[in-house]
Amino acid sequence: MTINQKDIEKIAHLARINISEEESATLEVKLNSIISMIDKMQEVNTDNVEPMSHALEVTQPLREDKVTESDIRSDALKIAPEVVDSIFIVPQVIE
Amino acid sequence: MINLSLKSLNQGLVKKKFSSLELTQFFLNRVEKHNSDINAFISIDAEKSLTQAKHADALIQSGQNSLLTGIPVAQKDIFCSAGWRTTCGSLMLDNFISPYDATVIQKFNEVGAVNLGKTNMDEFAMGSSNETSYYGSVKNPWDLSLVPGGSSGGSAAAIAARLAPAATGTDTGGSIRQPASLCGFTGLKPTYGLVSRFGMIAFASSLDQAGPMAPSAEDCAALLNVMAGYDEKDSTSINHEKEDYLANLDEPIKGLRIGVPKEFFEKGLDGSVQKVIEAALMSYKKMGAELVDISLPNTHLAIPVYYVIAPAEASSNLSRYDGVRYGYRAKEYDDLMEMYFKTRQEGFGEEVKRRILIGTYVLSAGYYDAYYLKAQKIRKLISDDFKKAFEKCDVIMGPSAPSVAFKANEKKSDPLAMYLQDIYTISTNLAGLPGMSIPAGMIENLPVGLQLIGNYFKESQMLNIAHAFQKETDWHTRMPDGVS
Repeated sequence: MTINQKDIEKIAHLARINISEEESATLEVKLNSIISMIDKMQEVNTDNVEPMSHALEVTQPLREDKVTESDIRSDALKIAPEVVDSIFIVPQVIE
Repeated sequence: MINLSLKSLNQGLVKKKFSSLELTQFFLNRVEKHNSDINAFISIDAEKSLTQAKHADALIQSGQNSLLTGIPVAQKDIFCSAGWRTTCGSLMLDNFISPYDATVIQKFNEVGAVNLGKTNMDEFAMGSSNETSYYGSVKNPWDLSLVPGGSSGGSAAAIAARLAPAATGTDTGGSIRQPASLCGFTGLKPTYGLVSRFGMIAFASSLDQAGPMAPSAEDCAALLNVMAGYDEKDSTSINHEKEDYLANLDEPIKGLRIGVPKEFFEKGLDGSVQKVIEAALMSYKKMGAELVDISLPNTHLAIPVYYVIAPAEASSNLSRYDGVRYGYRAKEYDDLMEMYFKTRQEGFGEEVKRRILIGTYVLSAGYYDAYYLKAQKIRKLISDDFKKAFEKCDVIMGPSAPSVAFKANEKKSDPLAMYLQDIYTISTNLAGLPGMSIPAGMIENLPVGLQLIGNYFKESQMLNIAHAFQKETDWHTRMPDGVS
């Protein structure tokens, strides 16, 4: 499979990354070379093969729903780009 | 002091030949003197390190010490460390002061080890040459015109130049073993789940694993004793019984069956590297091991599979960098969408954006089955290859990397050439197996690493096998010219 400028625009939108026209041209070449490399997978017959998501057989551990950590609210707010009255500030989204 | 093992440093501290304060100051001085040439560290905080050293001296004084108490360890800048800037090599986290400790950091703190500083790395651990870091490339101490490998290139260069006696790294596709090979020391990627990923900035969660980097296998065993352990804060952590990795180092290796996969010696491998690896295998034979021919027939698919799974997981993991709660935020924007788009355009480097886009593509509607699901199925085939191989052998050996260290900028603009650096290491991450690189020889004054791949949770045996080699050879104690 190959991708074109339009596909790149679509993917970049999904990934929420601005891509300049100049970047897009270079990206088209490089992404297509990567895609043609990964397309080698299509030559392999994988009928009846179970997909593997974890190396070892594990189950999702559960824990009791109780507070285990101290309050780091002020530390967390200290590193935020914009804060007013303990609230993260973003551009207005609701009119 | 610069070429002492961790055990010897521990003896020096316990016998009061020097204090942790002196030892830490000694290495801080080395970092200050040499870091401008090598660029191994992103953040140094002498005050914090020396405070920890004083605390360690008190622990030693009171007899409450363990092997790593008071020993300075360089920490890859992927581990969140409370009060330290933790950048992951990216402008996106340039101003990020971590409010908490990663479990790995916490474990080192608990035994009174000293955090010597945060080491440089490829941005978000994506790279094999340490050239994608926002903080500039790292130089290989064996030859400053060469790359140290990546992504744990800063930790690797710090060990090679003896700016630190030990370091940590992370390995998603070879990021501990390939730099260990290119910089001439011992590096171990444990079984997936042995070391906690909590507080370790995520790249590809099903592959990421932290491990030790230090001159010798014995040093790595001492580090792994601290790092390994079940952690309920990491849902993929495995509750494996605690082991003492120093305990079996001197076991005899006579009768050991070493599997040699023919696919690791085909085209793509540098001829002189092959000779070094074959000579190392002969040394093992002389020590009483048996060489067994094995096959890992799906090796050639490891890179294609990895470049679907790793970017897919990365595109999801890195969606958290949106400029809202922490990290970089674009300066100019008109609305929320533009803030996201520009923050991520400006905050991420070229390789990271490339991988996010590939990951987004393979996960997008209509492509999931053809790419992500297909990759997960082939991952199973690769894993099954190892399972079969381990019926015939106890450990697998081959090269860690296809060549010695290469020139800076040589592969920077060609992602596919760069990706091939990890051709022998990636399959172990896909299978979740432990892998290791040990110094096995030199080619024109540049180190070559031998890779050991063990079965699940066989770290103790691998360290034993590596240690046996290091008792017979001195490659792991060699230092670049001019390091003194």
